[in-house]
Amino acid sequence: MALFQIAEPGQAAEPHQHRLAVGIDLGTTNSLVATVRSGSATVLADETGATLLPSVVHYAADGQTTVGYAAQLRQSEDPRNTIVSVKRFMGRGVKDLPDSAATPYRFVDAPGMLKIKTVAGDKSPVEVSADVLRHLKQRAEDSLGGELLGAVITVPAYFDDAQRQATKDAATLAGLNVLRLLNEPTAAAVAYGLDNAAEGIYIVYDLGGGTFDVSILKLTRGVFEVLSTSGDSALGGDDFDQRIYCWVVENAGLSLLGDHDTRLLLTHAREAKEALTDHAETRITAKLADGEVVDLALSAEVFQQITAPLVQKTISPVRKALRDAKLDMSEIKGVVMVGGATRMPHVRRAVADFFGREPLTNLDPDKVVALGAAMQANALAGNKGDDEWLLLDVIPLSLGLETMGGLTEKVIPRNSTIPTARAQDFTTYKDGQTAMAIHVVQGERELVADCRSLARFELRGIPPMVAGAARIRVTFQVDADGLLAVSAREQSTGVEASIAVKPSYGLADDEIARMLQDSMQHASEDMLARTLAEARVEAESLIAATRAALASDGQLLDAEERAEVEAALARLQAASAGDAATEIRAQTDALNQATSEFAARRMDAAVKRGLAGQKLSELG
Amino acid sequence: MNHFDFSHDHFTLFGLPRAYRLDMATMETAFRALQTQYHPDKAASLTDADKRMALQAATRVNEAFQTLKSPLARARYLLLLAGVDTQEETNTAMPVDFLMQQMEWREAIADARAASDVDSLEALGRELRGVGRAMETDLGLLLDEQSAHAQAATVVRKLKFMEKLEQEVGDAIERLLD
Repeated sequence: MALFQIAEPGQAAEPHQHRLAVGIDLGTTNSLVATVRSGSATVLADETGATLLPSVVHYAADGQTTVGYAAQLRQSEDPRNTIVSVKRFMGRGVKDLPDSAATPYRFVDAPGMLKIKTVAGDKSPVEVSADVLRHLKQRAEDSLGGELLGAVITVPAYFDDAQRQATKDAATLAGLNVLRLLNEPTAAAVAYGLDNAAEGIYIVYDLGGGTFDVSILKLTRGVFEVLSTSGDSALGGDDFDQRIYCWVVENAGLSLLGDHDTRLLLTHAREAKEALTDHAETRITAKLADGEVVDLALSAEVFQQITAPLVQKTISPVRKALRDAKLDMSEIKGVVMVGGATRMPHVRRAVADFFGREPLTNLDPDKVVALGAAMQANALAGNKGDDEWLLLDVIPLSLGLETMGGLTEKVIPRNSTIPTARAQDFTTYKDGQTAMAIHVVQGERELVADCRSLARFELRGIPPMVAGAARIRVTFQVDADGLLAVSAREQSTGVEASIAVKPSYGLADDEIARMLQDSMQHASEDMLARTLAEARVEAESLIAATRAALASDGQLLDAEERAEVEAALARLQAASAGDAATEIRAQTDALNQATSEFAARRMDAAVKRGLAGQKLSELG
Repeated sequence: MNHFDFSHDHFTLFGLPRAYRLDMATMETAFRALQTQYHPDKAASLTDADKRMALQAATRVNEAFQTLKSPLARARYLLLLAGVDTQEETNTAMPVDFLMQQMEWREAIADARAASDVDSLEALGRELRGVGRAMETDLGLLLDEQSAHAQAATVVRKLKFMEKLEQEVGDAIERLLD
């Protein structure tokens, strides 16, 4: 007979009580939820046995919301109210969208992030994602029979701060306690590495529905250390569908397709792409709204030709990641393929050719991210397993601040291990300046205009001091989710301001990738621009100082001397309006020369005034 | 969560002697052991106070690792602990022969870039790395054996020049290959 167990106060009755935690892969095209049950990770299925949930949400006029396959069925008939690939809009504004004509949606600009007009009202990408997450949460709770303690949500490694914050907000909105945001390739590495007891350096090549990531990890006795990461946040399987769609439109001689026909052909394009994984040829047959019938044969060879540039586009980030990790190809132990799009034979071949070895494809590319996330969720929830491991991840893009002249000062370089913090000191630019604008940016380029703006805030109440005397320490803290918080503090007075960086507006879909590429391509342009900006800053400060001096001590000059100074001032002003840095520097030097005598006289006068002042105070 | 002592310097934190010449394998093992103990993932199911402590401790461990891993940052840090400012921003005085050599390298980079000559850039990169390595060896001698801080500070300033050059070569190669 079993004895009754009596728990100590404050302790669970059951010593091995399992806390329910899940991993969620919130994908561009499909989402999944997984958990660890009796020690092994499994993907949770719906009542029909399906594990993938299409990341599609349909909004009806009566306020009813459908998610997944049911929503996908409405896609052709009601494209405007059926939201697909919403991940592409996370943390983005209307002006960031590359080509809104390619989607059937009507966008509304809103502070922080765009919204999509539907019959059920304007929906932000965060709300749409929350509907997908809510559905997965329900599936998990039904399947596990209890309330969830929390979830690990995966994000592309190349997601910036705004996209990460938007994802976390969506999870919170769906009522999920976010245990951690986890980078997708890292999640895949955990699932792969723990399953295979892998040791050494591995590359994860993750081509999903809408994003491409590459991460290089060092696996040492249960520690997964990300050495570098790179990618393209707007490149994925969807783009391959788009190429087939364009090919169909061209070869069938179609023009000006409506929303319905576009959506129909895109669906057929996706099916053709999937068919070509196992077949040498496939047929695309569709009846358009006006009764016209499209009937074309697409061979694997033609498909490879029209998508070769997309495959090629994945190779540069791989090179970059290798370089950032200071690694040679020979040091790589294996290449792990993740994401549904890596099923395409020509993608696999391109990767094999580049690395000179066959990539590892012995895992389900659709599920491995969710499985890794589930393992991590289980560990974070405090369910002790047989093996313990540790993930050390990095930030994908450098974080910095805007300085004078629209230049970027990098505070935390890309591929820094998180959590990380860094402080940088700045000073005031003008005499008596009492406020300082802090503009936080993310990206690799030298000019702020070419980076992504994350947040702006002001440090106010700096006591008036001469220019350059204040010491303003700006501290960046990036937490284990890769999210940034910034604070600023004037050192001598302790005046403080801080902000948790919330997205102020978004990057265009391909902007991060473009920014990184551009930073390489335009490094020399940047140098020129930087030189010019610096010359201008110097010129402007000299102009301001000269004007102020003329106003306060102009009487120290005779008319001729004053005319000379003013002429030099005008010449510098003219030069500063132009684009020639050397000319600005030359005129800066000229004005400095023209005012040297004036400066000496002002110094004398100031000394005399100082002495006079001292006498007065002595007398008093 | 165990208490974390924020007053420790990076060497003490990693249980290493305060020296320039470090055993990298020992340091990496110490780093992983510390992160296994203090990483925020280990505090995910603990109290908010523990979470905050873990964030700060893991941040400090990462900072220490970055500093000790890089020969330049490590030398700078040792000098800082010894109360010596390396004056990298303010002191730009360099021996004339070093400056001449810098200019030659810069011209070589510009020429190779203009000629899209990746091989030359790679050779140049190796040459620069070799010179950098020699400086790192010098630092070992100056810091660990001679306590010649002023001289070490000069080598640190030179090494910073070298790192910038190497970065330029790397950027140039990457641009040509893409």
